[in-house]
Amino acid sequence: MTRETQPSQQNQHWNRRDFPEAARQALAAQPAADAPFEHSQTRRNVRHATDVIQAKRNAVTAELPDWQALRRAGAAIRAHTLEHLDHYLLEFEANCTRRGGRVHWAADEAEARRLVLEILAPHAPREVIKIKTMTSEEIHLNACLEEHGIHPIETDLAELIVQLGGDRPSHFVAPALHISRGQVRDLFARAMRQPDLTDSPDDLVAAARSYLRQKFLTTPVAISGANFLLADTGGVCIVESEGNGRMCLTLPDVLISIVGIEKVLPRFQDLEVFLQTLPRSATGERMNPYNSIWSGTPTGDGPREFHVILLDNGRSPILADEESRQTLRCIRCAACLNACPVYHQTGGHAYESVYAGPIGAILTPQLHSMHAAQSLPYASSLCGACYEVCPVEINIPEVLIHLRSQVVQQQQSTLTGSLGLWNLAMQSAAFLMRDSHRLPAAVHLAQRLQSPLVSRNGFIEWLPGPLSGWTKTRDLPALPAESFRDWWQRTHAQKSAPEPNPKPNPESAS
Amino acid sequence: MRLSLFITCYNDALFPQTGKAVVRVLERLGHTVEFRPAQTCCGQMHWNTGYLRESLPILCHFVRVFADAETIVVPSSSCVAMMRDHYPKAAQMDNDPALAREVELLLPRVFEFSELLVRRLGIEDVGARFTHKVAYHPSCHSARSLHLDEIPLRLLRRVRGLDLVPLANSQECCGFGGTFAIKNADVSSAMLADKVRCVLNSGAEVLTAVDNSCLMHIHGSLHRQRTFVRVAHLAEILATGETSSESAAERALAADQHFTLSSSEFPQ
Repeated sequence: MTRETQPSQQNQHWNRRDFPEAARQALAAQPAADAPFEHSQTRRNVRHATDVIQAKRNAVTAELPDWQALRRAGAAIRAHTLEHLDHYLLEFEANCTRRGGRVHWAADEAEARRLVLEILAPHAPREVIKIKTMTSEEIHLNACLEEHGIHPIETDLAELIVQLGGDRPSHFVAPALHISRGQVRDLFARAMRQPDLTDSPDDLVAAARSYLRQKFLTTPVAISGANFLLADTGGVCIVESEGNGRMCLTLPDVLISIVGIEKVLPRFQDLEVFLQTLPRSATGERMNPYNSIWSGTPTGDGPREFHVILLDNGRSPILADEESRQTLRCIRCAACLNACPVYHQTGGHAYESVYAGPIGAILTPQLHSMHAAQSLPYASSLCGACYEVCPVEINIPEVLIHLRSQVVQQQQSTLTGSLGLWNLAMQSAAFLMRDSHRLPAAVHLAQRLQSPLVSRNGFIEWLPGPLSGWTKTRDLPALPAESFRDWWQRTHAQKSAPEPNPKPNPESAS
Repeated sequence: MRLSLFITCYNDALFPQTGKAVVRVLERLGHTVEFRPAQTCCGQMHWNTGYLRESLPILCHFVRVFADAETIVVPSSSCVAMMRDHYPKAAQMDNDPALAREVELLLPRVFEFSELLVRRLGIEDVGARFTHKVAYHPSCHSARSLHLDEIPLRLLRRVRGLDLVPLANSQECCGFGGTFAIKNADVSSAMLADKVRCVLNSGAEVLTAVDNSCLMHIHGSLHRQRTFVRVAHLAEILATGETSSESAAERALAADQHFTLSSSEFPQ
């Protein structure tokens, strides 16, 4: 099921490999030399799961006549909130506190971990139960808790599978999407000591239920994330499908919710939009089976102690960048992962990031202020499938290009980068392409120089250096002897005289 | 109508037959085609790879060359998408109000080839005849940026003798993505393998699209795998003549070469 043997180390070292290298390894996980179109088991699992979710998503979004209006409304609400984020966060803090909650602010992951440990200290728990939370992954909480002798128990079925397998989540809505039913059976049989377990979904769920039920009833502390914070009521909203969340939110004495600062919505009423778009985009359901909204610590019900940790951890700089601010509109539905042809091939692990897929490709490098994961903005063919499905209209291709330009500027600011092959090639190409004489001259030169590379069938089957990436699997047509412009010149020149190169405008051409 | 052809840099050098086909179709329909030799490139490769600054003089050059053109026809949807999606922002980035104004005036006059025929000229039947099984690959930019939707299919359905076969997962990217195919060659190749499998399963003899870039990519694998499926830009199919029993397209299909219309097919 997993290629990694030391999960705890892996968890602390995201972004170790560049995407092309990690993707190459993911694609070659089980090479099949004699069957070039054959996929490995993991790739088949990813492909099948994303196809199923994508088909359901397409069906339940197509049935809404106002789907596009809902997308626009979602985008507008999120954009407005981000413009006034300070205001709404303070409003949330005031209202949550008024109802008995305690709000903490964490600038980075270290502060967030320290806050969790401080909150846990007086209770000295041996175990905590968790409802699937990406922020906890982001701050590497599980490894930290283990180091302090506290065992975290993931209660979301897929997260439990990942945890028991010592694996990493590969998708932030369906973390075990890369694992097949048979693989889950083997894992449960071993971890829960049930050698006779079958791989029927009923049996697997029953095994997980009996394992988890006892944990729900005996563990005093729960840790969660949140889908939304509601500024006007101080409420916190979590939607889920298994009921494990409801258990975590109601049974323990202490509840800690770790929430990214961008997750706030101005009004309770705004859920009207997102409780339609989120489930339809995320799981292809019209409504989530469990929708929990709670505020503070009401007497006689739920946890006696409720903490919200508002996590920045690299979000403020994104907010400051007008071009890429839209990244923070994300409601973590993962529809872009399911739609992405790159994700289909590689699965989530190749992104070496808590957040995989197209949104991960723009979010992860920004969370690291563009000092890590610089290969991720290039992990896209810019096909636009992500933008098409995004329920808050994040123009991911546009942001990808914006981030690519930042990567290029970083490279050009160093000597090795500016003298690197890519920069030199792109500079040379730009030098040729901006001039009406140089480009045709370059084409003529290439027509003459290409002959050693052209095979007898008229195709180029081998290219050197980085270009070999193309010819490893693909032939390239050779340049024909006559370009279009030369043909035109030869056949039409008399009819329309060629005009001179227009005088360059020195200001805009510089 | 006087139509100015922006051939695009890669069609100029690699696929002149597409430009000839565009000229032939438009002239057959009674229009005048002009070609401005000063033209170069739209700047897409640099822009999409993150070399925005380097892209600016290229796109400024385009805007200057075509500033006074009446209507501009482009046989490449991704180049048109580059203009529509990014030129306004590029002009803004350049802090040049004059350029922004020129872009604003120019963009409504730029049309992708099939879009020009159907949306601007209102023509679906161009009098073509092509008796082969053809599958249509809706390239990402044509579908998601230009929203051509049914336009190329409407043109193909009016070609005499053409058997249009469905392509499974047609909306999924072929994996080209410009420099993506080099920077992420392994993923790109895996995406291409999926696309090629769908093409082969479609039973088509010819795969067509409104972008030679995607076709070059897909054909790169079809050729490497020694399959007999050929690729042809939509314009090349539309350029085949009703009366020509041995059209260039037919002959090229029989030859073991990248699907081309030879220049001898055109009046010299």
